[in-house]
Amino acid sequence: MATLDSKVPKGPIKDKWTDYKNHIDLVNPANKRNIDIIIVGTGLAGGSAAATLAELGYNVKAFCFQDSPRRAHSIAAQGGINAAKNYQGDGDSTYRLFYDTVKGGDYRSRESNVHRLAEVSTNIIDQCVAQGVPFARDYGGLLDNRSFGGVLVSRTFYAKGQTGQQLLLGAYSAMNRQIGRGKIKMYSRHEMLDVVIVDGKARGIIARNLVTGEIERHSAHAVVLGTGGYGNAFYLSTYAMGSNVTAAWKAHKRGAFFANPCYTQIHPTCIPVSGDHQSKLTLMSESLRNDGRIWVPKNMDDVFAIREGKLKPTQIAEENRDYYLERRYPAFGNLVPRDVASRAAKERCDAGYGVNKTGEAVYLDFAAAIERYGKEQAHVKGLDENDKAVIDKLGKEIVKAKYGNLFQMYEKIVDQNPYETPMMIYPAVHYTMGGIWVDYNLMTTVPGLYAIGEANFSDHGANRLGASALMQGLADGYFVLPYTIGDYLAADIRTGSISTETKEFDEAEKEVKTNIDKLVNNNGTHSVDYFHKKLGKIMWNKCGMARNEKDLKSAITEIAELRAEFWKDVKVPGSADEYNEELAKAGRVADFLELGELFAKDALQREESAGGHFREEYQTPEGEAMRRKEFQYVSAWEYKGEPKDAVLHKEELVYENIEVKERSYK
Amino acid sequence: MKLTLKIWRQKSAESKGKIVDYKLDDVSPDMSFLEMLDVLNQDLINKNEEPVAFDHDCREGICGMCSMFINGRSHGPDRAITVCQLHMRSFSDGDTIYIEPWRAKAFPVIKDLIVDRSAFDRIQQAGGFISVNTSGNTQDANAIPISKHAADEAMDAATCIGCGACVASCKNSSAMLFVGAKVSQYALLPQGQVEAADRVKNMVAQMDLEGFGNCTNTGACEVECPKGISLENIARMNRELIKANL
Repeated sequence: MATLDSKVPKGPIKDKWTDYKNHIDLVNPANKRNIDIIIVGTGLAGGSAAATLAELGYNVKAFCFQDSPRRAHSIAAQGGINAAKNYQGDGDSTYRLFYDTVKGGDYRSRESNVHRLAEVSTNIIDQCVAQGVPFARDYGGLLDNRSFGGVLVSRTFYAKGQTGQQLLLGAYSAMNRQIGRGKIKMYSRHEMLDVVIVDGKARGIIARNLVTGEIERHSAHAVVLGTGGYGNAFYLSTYAMGSNVTAAWKAHKRGAFFANPCYTQIHPTCIPVSGDHQSKLTLMSESLRNDGRIWVPKNMDDVFAIREGKLKPTQIAEENRDYYLERRYPAFGNLVPRDVASRAAKERCDAGYGVNKTGEAVYLDFAAAIERYGKEQAHVKGLDENDKAVIDKLGKEIVKAKYGNLFQMYEKIVDQNPYETPMMIYPAVHYTMGGIWVDYNLMTTVPGLYAIGEANFSDHGANRLGASALMQGLADGYFVLPYTIGDYLAADIRTGSISTETKEFDEAEKEVKTNIDKLVNNNGTHSVDYFHKKLGKIMWNKCGMARNEKDLKSAITEIAELRAEFWKDVKVPGSADEYNEELAKAGRVADFLELGELFAKDALQREESAGGHFREEYQTPEGEAMRRKEFQYVSAWEYKGEPKDAVLHKEELVYENIEVKERSYK
Repeated sequence: MKLTLKIWRQKSAESKGKIVDYKLDDVSPDMSFLEMLDVLNQDLINKNEEPVAFDHDCREGICGMCSMFINGRSHGPDRAITVCQLHMRSFSDGDTIYIEPWRAKAFPVIKDLIVDRSAFDRIQQAGGFISVNTSGNTQDANAIPISKHAADEAMDAATCIGCGACVASCKNSSAMLFVGAKVSQYALLPQGQVEAADRVKNMVAQMDLEGFGNCTNTGACEVECPKGISLENIARMNRELIKANL
């Protein structure tokens, strides 16, 4: 079996990145002007990479399917971004951020990449402040922090509940500066449909103009994918409607290995599903767990009474509530990592304690926080600390200042007031730790093809900690890729511009067009959504929060059958040469139907529980995830025609700077 | 709920559009407005008709993609929300609902309810940034203290999602709330001071070039803005512009 070369530099972990930067090949400014780079996706990773590479002098072509780069789904990240600044003086350091991230990922991430991430994290905050990102500040004018799950320090920087928005708009502004200078050519409403390989190197893409339907060829010396995750394979998720795996999957089909597809993050605090019409799920930020307490009733009678509408949660006495996270994990309490919190919610609901009609919801309660803040404020203002009305009013004001926009969002969707009654929440698909395999340089197994941000696999192992996605996206784009890609491009200074009039471009374009023609002329009986929803049900029921051999095997068969049915029976209205959202969706779902099968195959092969991947066969007597030493590797899958034929390559994971031990939050 | 929908259909930018009637019989009050349109589109596909094209993506009120003029109001009835956050419980059984695209010279229709808002991008490209390279060697983030008041106010301005509701609501199709918000965000922060004069001049010049109208202080933009961006930002932009031209 072939071995993967992660190209991790030698030397002590704290010096690797510095030494690496000191010894890479550089491209001189005059030569950068002759080198083109294509960047697909304009979220935090793609947007920041586009801006930085253009600043450096490369010619950048950036692509996004939205109508503007400002709309990429990074914008929806709420809670914050981690950085080892230690402004709070609570013991944080680069090492601690590194340690927390590796442990949080259940010892399934690459040590060297995570350490580099922790090192550059502090630069991100400096950079964003210089760009005018309005982070929250305290009254002394310095930056404020809050705490996120799985850590014991406050290292999360935030801008209300809209941190992703502000960071993305920062990257967007940096892009705009370069678009204005002509260094970035922006292609909005364009979707990448294939990557073109010439002499073994990624040299361009085939893209579809979503407004005119035109198929375009674009060439470059290197191609970067910042195209996000594939959680929409589950149909219902917190992803944007357009988020898709197509770019990553096409790259996989052209030779990029796909790593750990089964590592999916199911976020514990989302608004529960309300009906069949539902098109997406909405996240309630993890920051709410700083102040919200999660519980279900202790007694079955209360559960039934609640479901029948005879009892309100606020009427249940304190001693009849089961604050199950505080009970099971006293050290971290409500701030355990996401995978642990999600499984605990599922455990209670499976045991019958779910509090909504479908039995799939738990409470997130702010009453204690309102009382605590209210008393504090009453004290500060010299008011009566025992006056319930005063405390209630003051406490709600503080909670509103902290989480107002989230509370408003909840009320609009659910039609209940979370200041008065606890929120109802349930886990939902939120992020994918798996993705395209990359080496230390963020290069895939195809030379000249890079993957950054959520699209790659390297930093979060089997579970991502809160506020780390934004950190990784910007680290890759602003501070890592600009160095590593230069080392590769230094060999390309004499290549000259890449022609699109070659047989490789002809062939790729022909394949894309054939595929589109097939979809448009299929004249089947069911819409794209019909198939997408069916796939989502299989994924959620059999590849979701808990997996087992039997279900995974049947998922593999069912997905393959559904894929065959899709190609036989899908109906795509309209034509190929116009704006046609159904056609775009059809192409994306076709790829999800292939990825889904590989996902199940990967989950079946991984006979252990780690982070977001929980196999029922492998758990401790207390029901915690049971990792197995013999699976301490990255599963990188090579495409061989059908997902079932994919070939496994293993990258062994070595931990020299961290002791691998049981991951306990008790 | 039973509903009658009157929806603007337009094949392409070049063709003429018209209002077309549709009926829906089984709408749940818990659906979002876009989910109601999903149901309509599935019906249309099943009947071999073309679905209604509309912009949407995050469906949680932050990406700014969705953009519909519903019963004469940007993002429909209800305050401080986008279309994707609007739920059918805001309507009643038997209602007739008019759905149109944003109407403005600078926002040409692409298809049905989709308009081209790239004018907004071009305004940002003219000056909506701070010229600082991503070297990683900027000064420490806490080197310049910023008062909480200024930081919060900058955040309130920066919260704009660029949806264009302000333009669609304005009788003059003015983009001054959008531009004012960006100018204000930077004007309120020390980092934005160095280029303040050039920024406001360039952004306003591009805004005029794109064909947006002027502000006559009606205030419809503030009322319909899903993020509650304040009119004060327009006043601040005007102050900045006067200062820059002195």
